[in-house]
Amino acid sequence: MNRIKKKFDLLKSRNEKALITFITAGDPDIKTTEDMIFAMEDGGADIVEIGIPYSDPLADGPVIQNSSARSLKNGTKIKDIMNCIKDVRSKSDIPLVFLAYYNSLFKYGIERFISESLMAGIDGFIIPDLPIEEREELVCKLNGTNISLIPLVAPTSKERIKRIVESADTFVYCVSLNGVTGMREKISTDLKAYMETVKQFTTLPRALGFGISNPSIVKNVKDLCEGVVVGSAIVDLISKNADRGRKVKEFVSEMKGVLLNE
Amino acid sequence: MNGRFGKFGGQYVPETLMNALMDLEEEFEKAMSDKSFIDEYRYYLKEYSGRPTPLYFAENLTKALGGAKIYLKREDLNHTGAHKINNVIGQVLLAKRMGKRRIIAETGAGQHGVATATVAAKFGLECEIFMGYEDIQRQSLNVFKMKLLGASVRSVESGTKTLKDAVNEAIRDWVTNVDTTFYVMGSVVGPHPYPTIVRDFQRVIGDETKSQILEKEGRYPDYVIACVGGGSNSMGIFFPFIEEKEVALIGVEAGGKGIESGKHAATFQGGSIGVIHGMMTYVLQDDEGQILPVYSISAGLDYPGVGPEHAYLKESGRAKYVYATDEEAVEAFMALSKLEGIIPALESAHAIAYAMKIAPEMGKDKTIVVNLSGRGDKDIDIMSKIMKVEL
Repeated sequence: MNRIKKKFDLLKSRNEKALITFITAGDPDIKTTEDMIFAMEDGGADIVEIGIPYSDPLADGPVIQNSSARSLKNGTKIKDIMNCIKDVRSKSDIPLVFLAYYNSLFKYGIERFISESLMAGIDGFIIPDLPIEEREELVCKLNGTNISLIPLVAPTSKERIKRIVESADTFVYCVSLNGVTGMREKISTDLKAYMETVKQFTTLPRALGFGISNPSIVKNVKDLCEGVVVGSAIVDLISKNADRGRKVKEFVSEMKGVLLNE
Repeated sequence: MNGRFGKFGGQYVPETLMNALMDLEEEFEKAMSDKSFIDEYRYYLKEYSGRPTPLYFAENLTKALGGAKIYLKREDLNHTGAHKINNVIGQVLLAKRMGKRRIIAETGAGQHGVATATVAAKFGLECEIFMGYEDIQRQSLNVFKMKLLGASVRSVESGTKTLKDAVNEAIRDWVTNVDTTFYVMGSVVGPHPYPTIVRDFQRVIGDETKSQILEKEGRYPDYVIACVGGGSNSMGIFFPFIEEKEVALIGVEAGGKGIESGKHAATFQGGSIGVIHGMMTYVLQDDEGQILPVYSISAGLDYPGVGPEHAYLKESGRAKYVYATDEEAVEAFMALSKLEGIIPALESAHAIAYAMKIAPEMGKDKTIVVNLSGRGDKDIDIMSKIMKVEL
């Protein structure tokens, strides 16, 4: 069974919400990436998203853009990332998801990218620039593998939601706002109505992401979803602290604590 | 509406924009079959921008080259000095029709930015232009013009800080303000339906050329030549000729310091198929799909992708794509200035350069139409530096 699915089943049985954390692979270097994955796991992360650094990340705000640029400047290649994941996988069973822009897969070769991801032990893909209209080729090629393509819905999706969630098999990524990734003080979208709409069309867990950057936001949104995604806030900590391992673990543990509190 | 040209095009954008793109497509289709919209568009092309632009016989250039007759489609005579305004008038009227009060646009050299700021001023819309930090330094005159016209200019400091990143940032802004904002795309690039919208608002160049050349020569030209960055002026003049198989269509990309040097923006020479700015097309990229930095003396051709319909015309063989280097463009810039008293934009000088290359080999009974997409006033600074003249 897919590790993501297994994790959500486990969380459900415990009546817990998922904490999904994100880092950019190779920022500041690939060795740190492995350390950070374990720091997040130790802090209580349930699923980890690994960003494949990209030169033109359309859906990302400055924090993740800059981390991508740092990683590429250091020469991070897809092969390095696959090796890092393989290493992590040999030591841990935590569900691992790639966040990649479509051109990273397309140019590398979709089949090659999938087979190397499978061998490394990846459980899912999130492709932020691949709407339903364009995803058929990838869906076909993923068919029969154990990799889940996690679809994104947005507050603007409305009548599209039904079609978007149709092929989902682990969870649905609900973008919390109109905009790009990045830290925010609060989220002003009418999340309640939006998340209810998503629920009408799927029984799968709904993870809310974009702008979830502090404990008070988590507290406000946790009852509306089955999980939250935290990215820029962690990437920011990694870039600003020498003792990043400890800082990241503490922060993740604080966020998870909010999710656990009734 | 078909969102693809063969395998090229498509909509590789965040989900947040998908409904906006579908609304745009729907409204565009309605507008194009609405006589009052078309009348209004044509009215402003004529009365505001000064169309039709002449198809001018470049007699001195023709004589100097001693071969085919060369005609220039004078897009440089448009209001704001380039073909860009044809498309901007169309899209701003569309924005108005859709009730959007704020428009955004990307710009490289500043020509599309100035055209957008101009039309926004005319229609009283809030306007924000995204421009790479590097381009802002290189094109201060256009930055000043945009501000004078009431637009705000947002300096883009991400990535290579040039046109490519200005497009990224404009798309990010659109994702954020999608409910209130209309994105006026400057070239035949981006997610569907933009490549089609921009082409349909630029095809007036080719439509006029067709009837003008028939009037002057009694037949279609042997060659139509235009420069290609994103490819809007070339698509505009090519499109109505696609069905006229006897007319050769030549797109001229920016060869920069030469293809071997790696310092160029000739997407069809060094590029491969990939995804950029929401479209599948030819892209200058590395083995892992990272978009490569590009270079050209002309900021308007300095783009690592190309319109998907051009990719299709290339693959189908209907159009041919070549390049001219910085040096050849500079030479053409000076030749046209001296021989015809017309100072071309450095972008357009690439097309002139290729015409100068092939015309002498052709018979005197042959004709070439070159799209003179813009005027060279904006390039005076850079040219004076090349000619080592202090202003």
